[in-house]
Formats: sequence, C-alpha cells, structure tokens
Amino acid sequence: MKHRLDRQTVAMRVAKEFQDGDVVNLGIGIPTLASNFIPEGRQIIFHTENGALGFGPIAPEGEEDIDLINAGGQFVTRLPGICFFHHADSFAMIRGGHIDITVLGGLQVSEKGDLANWMSPERGVGNIGGAMDLAVGAKKVIVAMDHTTRDGQPKIVKECTYPLTAKGCVDLIVTDLAVIEVTPHGLGLREVAPGWSVEEVQALTEPHLLVAEALRVIEL
Amino acid sequence: MPRDKVYHSFDTAVADIPDGATIMIDGFGGAGGMPEYLILALRDQGATQLTIIGNTAGLGGTFGTRPKVHYVDPSILVENGQVKNAIASYPFSPSPSRPTIFEKKCLAGEADLELVPQGTLAERIRAGGAGIEGFYTPTGVGTVVEEGKEKRVIGGKECLLELPLRADYALIRAHKADKMGNLVFRGTSRSFNAIMATAAKITIVEVDEIVEPGELDPEALVTPSIYVDRIVKRPEAGG
Repeated sequence: MKHRLDRQTVAMRVAKEFQDGDVVNLGIGIPTLASNFIPEGRQIIFHTENGALGFGPIAPEGEEDIDLINAGGQFVTRLPGICFFHHADSFAMIRGGHIDITVLGGLQVSEKGDLANWMSPERGVGNIGGAMDLAVGAKKVIVAMDHTTRDGQPKIVKECTYPLTAKGCVDLIVTDLAVIEVTPHGLGLREVAPGWSVEEVQALTEPHLLVAEALRVIEL
Repeated sequence: MPRDKVYHSFDTAVADIPDGATIMIDGFGGAGGMPEYLILALRDQGATQLTIIGNTAGLGGTFGTRPKVHYVDPSILVENGQVKNAIASYPFSPSPSRPTIFEKKCLAGEADLELVPQGTLAERIRAGGAGIEGFYTPTGVGTVVEEGKEKRVIGGKECLLELPLRADYALIRAHKADKMGNLVFRGTSRSFNAIMATAAKITIVEVDEIVEPGELDPEALVTPSIYVDRIVKRPEAGG
C-alpha cells in the first residue's frame, strides 16, 4: 500500500489557502484541524455558525466555558476583538457573501463542483446543519476529504449519487492524494501526494482530470 | 404600571402550555444557551403532541467534545412521549452508533420531522417575528429542500420561497434580564435564543440574574423587553 497523507497533513495543506485577513468558517472533522496550521504571519478571523467571529484556539483544560463553543461543540477561547451575534445575523454573514472561505467535509464531489456531504444513504438520515448555507454563500468553498471511500470507491465522481448539499459550489478539493481545482472546463489536477503518479490518482478518480502544466507534489 | 413579568417558579411559568402547542426551544447543541429548568418543568407539566422548533430536537449528550458537560435538552421531552413533530436542522446524532432518541422515534414512525437548513431555519424564525410572510433564498436549490417549494430566478440566481415560522411559546435562555424583560446573553449562547424571543406569542426566559430596570446598559441590550413575557431566575449554581 502506498502512503497517503494523514488528516493532519491534509489540514495543513488546506490552511495554506488562507490569506492574511480572511474570514474563515471551518466544518467538522478535517476542516476543524486546519485552524492548527495557520501559515506564519497571517491573521485569520474565524467565524462560527453559532454566533461568534474572531475566536481563538481550543480552550486549555480547566478553562472551558459552556458559553463559548464552535459549531463542532469544541470549547474555544476569546481573542481581543471577538464579537457575538444571533443566528439570523450569523447566516446573513454566510449567505450575504461576507465569509471568504469555508472548508467543508465531503462524501462526494462531482466534476461540476456539486457537493454531497450531509447524508450517507447507508445511514438513511442526516443533519443538514449549516452546510447548505455555507456551500451557497461563502466566496470560496474548499472540500477536505479522503480521496476514496473506505472500500476504495472514488468520492470524486461524474455525478453525485448521494443527496446534494448544493450544486456547482466547490472551488477546490484537497484530499489525502491530491489538490484538485474545479474549473469551467473540468477538474484540474494541481498537486499530487508525494510518491503518487498522475495515472494512479486518475485511477481512483471517476471523471477525467485535466493535468495542470505546473503540476507539483503537494508542498507543506 | 406594566404588568409583572417575573415568575417565582418554573412550574407556574409553563403551567398553561396546552397539548398540541408549537414551542421554540433554543440550544444550538451544547450545554450553553439551553433553558434547562423550563424544559424540566415542561416535562413535569406533561403537555403532549408538541411541535418543537429548534436547531436540534435534543442531542442527549451526543454532541460536543471533552470535557463532557451534563445538561438537560429537549430529548427528555421526546423520551417522555410529548413530542410529535420537530422542525430542526440538526436532529440526529453526529455519531451513527449513538442515535438520538428523536432519531429512533423518527425511524419508528412515532415522530415527524421537517429538516431545514440552519440558515433558513434562523431566517424563517426571524421572518416570523418580523411580520415577513416569505423570502427567497438560494440555499437548498437542487437538493431535497426544494421539494414542494416555489422556485424563482432572481438576479440570475435560482431561489426557493421559504415561509415564516411562529410559535405559541418560546422557551429561551439568557444571562440577565431586567424586570421589564430586557435581555443580555453570554457568548455563543445567544444563537437562536435572541431570534426565537421575537417569534412566539408567549416568550418565557430563564436567566442567571434579574436586575432592576436601568441596571443593564441600554446601548448593549440584545433583546428589547417588548419580546419577553415571563422571566424566571435559575437557582444559584450548586443550589
């Protein structure tokens, strides 16, 4: 078995997309981990659906405050300049295009950038939560996920077969094998994991990948 | 002299909630912002056939990270057979191996669910309180959420018509109230509480502290008193 990137490394690669001053909303799972890898010298303002902007890192043990959590239920901390607001304002920020980047988990992404991430048909039920609003509202949608399912099936597909979160919303896919950009012409393979060839990544991806001229190995 | 909004027990504050009532209950998911004593009182009061509008229908401790904080949420009403219907965005356990009580009832056909995107839920509640009879949003287009809804292209964007939500009662949690009903919240516990307060015929609030009018900074108030009908103070911590 060839080595795939671990979750921390995928999160580290995602965090490289954050530019100084960006307002960023992170979904549950790999996306949340990205907050640990902010590139040096950049200040990121984190937004959470449950009504805070500009919160700090995970609270140290013993300093957890039930009135200060992120959307994943993690206890976070106050930074100078933090502000609180109610849910309608929070989603006005999201739908109104005031969030620069959201990073979401994914079950499937299609070649047109459709995203399915809220319900796996095997379970039969799922939580929509804030995912549909974030997917349509954020200026840039990054999906961070494993490249394939546990039994090796592609998660990047021609058409999503799982219930959709939103159509044509995804801008960038970061997986444990590759970084892929959604373009009007199709999926552009920009980076591959160390030790992986284009052919090997293509074999685990359903739609045809357009290989970028400047294809690189994922750098961290 | 305005009428007295301060109630001295949670039981009396919820006593008139009838069977079949529609109730907004906040609680984004964690321990914060949950009107725990009002929920307990409603369980003891026993009204049935309730419709719950909230982010969750009670996650019963399946949400959040360590340290686990024990708290009361609407799952106790579901468990007690009082809930027939929920309108929610996050009613299922994040962990498939530990389903919520609502999930079990739902799958057994003993409770109904209207699943709503969280932002649409918030805006429908806001609209309910603000006298707005509908709005168009791009959220949910091309998904199961659009089923049965009017679709319209506005500014080149496909949108769905969403209708307001209103309730008979809102059970909410704030940090402080003055005796007139002006409210301030703490941190992320404002969430749905501040909007639900506007969208119910009767809003009942559970607070840590009740102060005299004038003691809260009017420039920093979040919920104006006009939205609040009943105020009950929580027992002191450990009391």
